[in-house]
Amino acid sequence: MDSSFTTIMPPQSSTIASEVDALFYFILYAGLVIFSIVVVLSALFVLKYRRSKRAKTSGVDHNTALEIVWTAVPTVLIIIVFIWGFRGFMKMNVVPKDAIEIKVTGQKWFWSFDYPDGVTTVNELVVPIDKPVKLLMSSKDVIHSFFVPQFRVKMDVLPNRYTVTWFEATRQGTYNLFCTEFCGKGHSEMIGAVKVVSNEDYLAWLEEGASLGSDLPPEEFGARLFVAKACNTCHKMDGSSSTGPSLNNIFGHSVPLEDGTETTVDENYLRESMLNPMSKVVAGYQPVMPTYQGLLRNHEIDALIAYIKSLNKGEEPTHE
Amino acid sequence: MHDPSATPHHLEHHFADVEQQRESAKLGMWIFLLTEVLLFGGLFVAYSIYRAWNPDIFHNAHVHLDVTLGALNTVVLIISSVTMALAIRSMQLDLKRATLINLGITLALALVFLIVKYFEYSHKIHLGQLPGKFYSFEGVAGSNPHIFFSIYFLMTGLHGIHILGGMATIGWIMWRTTRDHFSPEYYTPIEMTGLYWHLVDLIWIFLFPLFYLIG
Amino acid sequence: MNNQVAQHNYLSEPRGIKGWLYTLDHKRIGVLYLFGVMIAFALGGFFAMLVRLELLSPNKILVDADTYNQLFTLHGAVMIFLFIIPSIPAILGNFALPLMLGAKDVAFPRLNLASWYIYVLGTLIALFSLFTGAVDTGWTFYTPYSTQTSTSVISMTFAAFVLGFSSIFTGLNFIVTIHKLRAPGMTWFKMPLFVWGLYGTAIIQVLATPVLGITLLLLIVERTVGIGIFDPAMGGDPVLFQHFFWFYSHPAVYIMILPGMGIISEVISVFSRKKIFGYKAIAFSSLGIAFVSFLVWGHHMFLSGQAELASMIFSFLTFFVGIPSGIKVFNWVATMYKGSIDLKAPMLYGLSFLFLFSIGGLTGIFLGTLSVDVHLHDTYFIVAHFHYTMMGGTVMAFLAGLHYWWPKIWGRLYSEGWARVAALLIFIGFNMTFFTQFLLGTQGMPRRYYSYLDQYQPLHAFSSFGSWVLGLGFIIMAIYLIEAIFRGRPAGDNPWGSLTFDWRTTSPPSPHNFDEIPKVTHGPYDYDTVTPVETYPTEKEQG
Repeated sequence: MDSSFTTIMPPQSSTIASEVDALFYFILYAGLVIFSIVVVLSALFVLKYRRSKRAKTSGVDHNTALEIVWTAVPTVLIIIVFIWGFRGFMKMNVVPKDAIEIKVTGQKWFWSFDYPDGVTTVNELVVPIDKPVKLLMSSKDVIHSFFVPQFRVKMDVLPNRYTVTWFEATRQGTYNLFCTEFCGKGHSEMIGAVKVVSNEDYLAWLEEGASLGSDLPPEEFGARLFVAKACNTCHKMDGSSSTGPSLNNIFGHSVPLEDGTETTVDENYLRESMLNPMSKVVAGYQPVMPTYQGLLRNHEIDALIAYIKSLNKGEEPTHE
Repeated sequence: MHDPSATPHHLEHHFADVEQQRESAKLGMWIFLLTEVLLFGGLFVAYSIYRAWNPDIFHNAHVHLDVTLGALNTVVLIISSVTMALAIRSMQLDLKRATLINLGITLALALVFLIVKYFEYSHKIHLGQLPGKFYSFEGVAGSNPHIFFSIYFLMTGLHGIHILGGMATIGWIMWRTTRDHFSPEYYTPIEMTGLYWHLVDLIWIFLFPLFYLIG
Repeated sequence: MNNQVAQHNYLSEPRGIKGWLYTLDHKRIGVLYLFGVMIAFALGGFFAMLVRLELLSPNKILVDADTYNQLFTLHGAVMIFLFIIPSIPAILGNFALPLMLGAKDVAFPRLNLASWYIYVLGTLIALFSLFTGAVDTGWTFYTPYSTQTSTSVISMTFAAFVLGFSSIFTGLNFIVTIHKLRAPGMTWFKMPLFVWGLYGTAIIQVLATPVLGITLLLLIVERTVGIGIFDPAMGGDPVLFQHFFWFYSHPAVYIMILPGMGIISEVISVFSRKKIFGYKAIAFSSLGIAFVSFLVWGHHMFLSGQAELASMIFSFLTFFVGIPSGIKVFNWVATMYKGSIDLKAPMLYGLSFLFLFSIGGLTGIFLGTLSVDVHLHDTYFIVAHFHYTMMGGTVMAFLAGLHYWWPKIWGRLYSEGWARVAALLIFIGFNMTFFTQFLLGTQGMPRRYYSYLDQYQPLHAFSSFGSWVLGLGFIIMAIYLIEAIFRGRPAGDNPWGSLTFDWRTTSPPSPHNFDEIPKVTHGPYDYDTVTPVETYPTEKEQG
């Protein structure tokens, strides 16, 4: 993750960022000037005009010239700022014709991205540098909001409706993607990554079907998937119980279910839980797990099962 | 000159004179009515939006309302507004009995209104024409046919609650009339009740065509 | 009578608990609200401290995510509905308005008492909600989350619905009082500016609150009956809720600030002993702000999916609501020019207000600017902005008013020394807590986050330290203010030397305010022609 420290604004990483920042700093400096006048004059007057035995103060309560100036100057400034902001906003809302279109789905509590050729990723948006990318977004449940600070881009994501935004990345790197409309328990965990790569790398990645290293041993591949597909958002890897039960040391054991029966945690139960999570919910947990139907390919499910099995030995394979 | 020893007992201590008290009451009541207009206004906005999005549902559903009963209720309320105004006039003329009779008729007509609504509501409950998740009626074409009935129950329900409040107020005013609280010099509470009642009537006059007569 | 606490005052008469429970005296009602609202402030503050405590680290310190979500929601809901909206109008407005007008009470004293009891009822319902599952939706109750969550949304929204009526009735009462009960000779332009502020506020209270009422009612009906108005699956629209909600809630913030600005006009003028600069400009700006405040609600929704044209119009109008506020600030500074300034506690809070509210208002410009708001919306920048305006603005003004009228309410003075200590701690603590949050916001830290990325921790920790300084300031304030009630030096009729009618009464005032309605012989700020008689103990008298 690019967490380079900046005092005020994050490093500019999209075509619109410099324009947004320029306007931001204009407002900041103009505001500082006005603020300084107010503060300095107030301080001056307080120091200079302390209460004394002087009987009466001046009755001057009006100064037409001054009042016109301090009304007109701010008015002119805000008109400038309004027009400048409006023009920037229109640029952010008019999508270039040749943009790559990616479908974004927000749900509690992760992002999924559907590429034009059928590739689907979870919490990772891979895009080529210097090319406009259009995001067609909708939610499966409540209102979320798609926010990439380094791009200066943000748009709410609504259920049963599409919203659109776009950006063109100007620097390679990995950037934070936040959900920024309150959506419940996992709102602050709904963090994704936008990976900006060269055009060649992007095309190659698409070719490969966006695989994450399926040439790795299954447990390692599974371990990477466990993080990449956001399983760890609800199934904590440190063994603690969270929105979902911990999967450490669970394979092969019996678990009680919500309906009072029991089941053994075998390969079938794990597969069923990923594809049809409402069918057998472990007792004591809310039925909130989303289905991964369409989000996991068969070999990925196999890898995850292998990873969960490996958690029984008390060791976790390393992953990045 | 105003003789202080003859200060009317209804003049409250913080008012300079009866005129100031009466004007204050009127201004206060008009402002209160304004807040009621805004309260219902929100629902009228919701109605407009819903109707703009689903004109077919509104058209298909409204035929299931009984226009005759709706028209009857409209006439009932209009007459009740007349009798309410007559009650005020009676007290201006110091006719205590006439005041009570007029207030009583107003109250009775309000009761008629509610009884008619009771029949309308029970018919809908019987048919399953209910708001939201309780809706089970099959006879309206379109997706989400419950929308019309949801808004119908919301608005007429809120209006009905205001009728009840009005009835309680009129009853209280009647009791005060029997106790000789009012006179041609002081009948402000009757007047204020009248203003409120006219607004409740007026709201219905908007509701009737919007639900019963569209299309 | 001058340097003693007045005997036979509104506090002592009528005697007994019934005299308080059934009181029709606006001054007693103001005091009742003082206790209720201060308890609400303490409760909201307590939630705030817990929130900031949890945010010291991105990992769990005290509570889990669900509880945290409830804590920030309750902090917001309690502070807005139970504290800040009633605060100045119901406490200081009730106490001082009739006095300032030379009246014997408000127009409808029984309605006033009813307003108080409705406030109590609403508060009890809110507490009930607290103990039966609380709410975790954020104080804004956005759908569909608020229609789906299993927390006690219905009782909390019903509490807010009930509290709305308290606000409406207070506003109604004040409008009629101002129109009809002014002392003979007091024309509109001879009224103190606090009255103008209350008037603008009352207009908004009366017009906007009913719309909130209907919005909350719709939400309750949606949850119980499922009418589907906000549910897309049933033909509704969740963004419609936002429109309804903000149509009230934006004007609501002007309910919060207008009476505060009124107090600042009083305090700056009195403690500069100088005629207010631009009286008419300030008076008309109160009305102007009230009017324009109804036209800008969509600036909370630039990114909600609403049409770009709508966003453009809302942005344009938003700037114009800032201009009158700016003009007021300039007028206040100009008032101090060639004044005779006394830095007593009310003035310290007045200066605090000028500093902090200016920052709050100027940061609003960033947010009204469309392209910049895209980056800043829903981040900590917003949180900082509204705390600078609501706390740095309204609360500072409220504290200024509290310190201004405390001697009139109780007949006694508080310790000026401790007041300065508290004011300094509050000023420093406030800036530590909230200025930091502007930086968190520009750096992309979203709001309503239980945990966060490590890179944001230093700023979060600093902000939390600031909250402790702030809290300490308030604790000190509570102590010396309460102590003053019992052991303060008698204040006399007019410790500050003000020319408004509220200071023509004894301290505390008699139950019926004035033996004789005062005659209006000068304007409220005519310090250039009239010398007030100040009863604050001189250095010699203080020993």
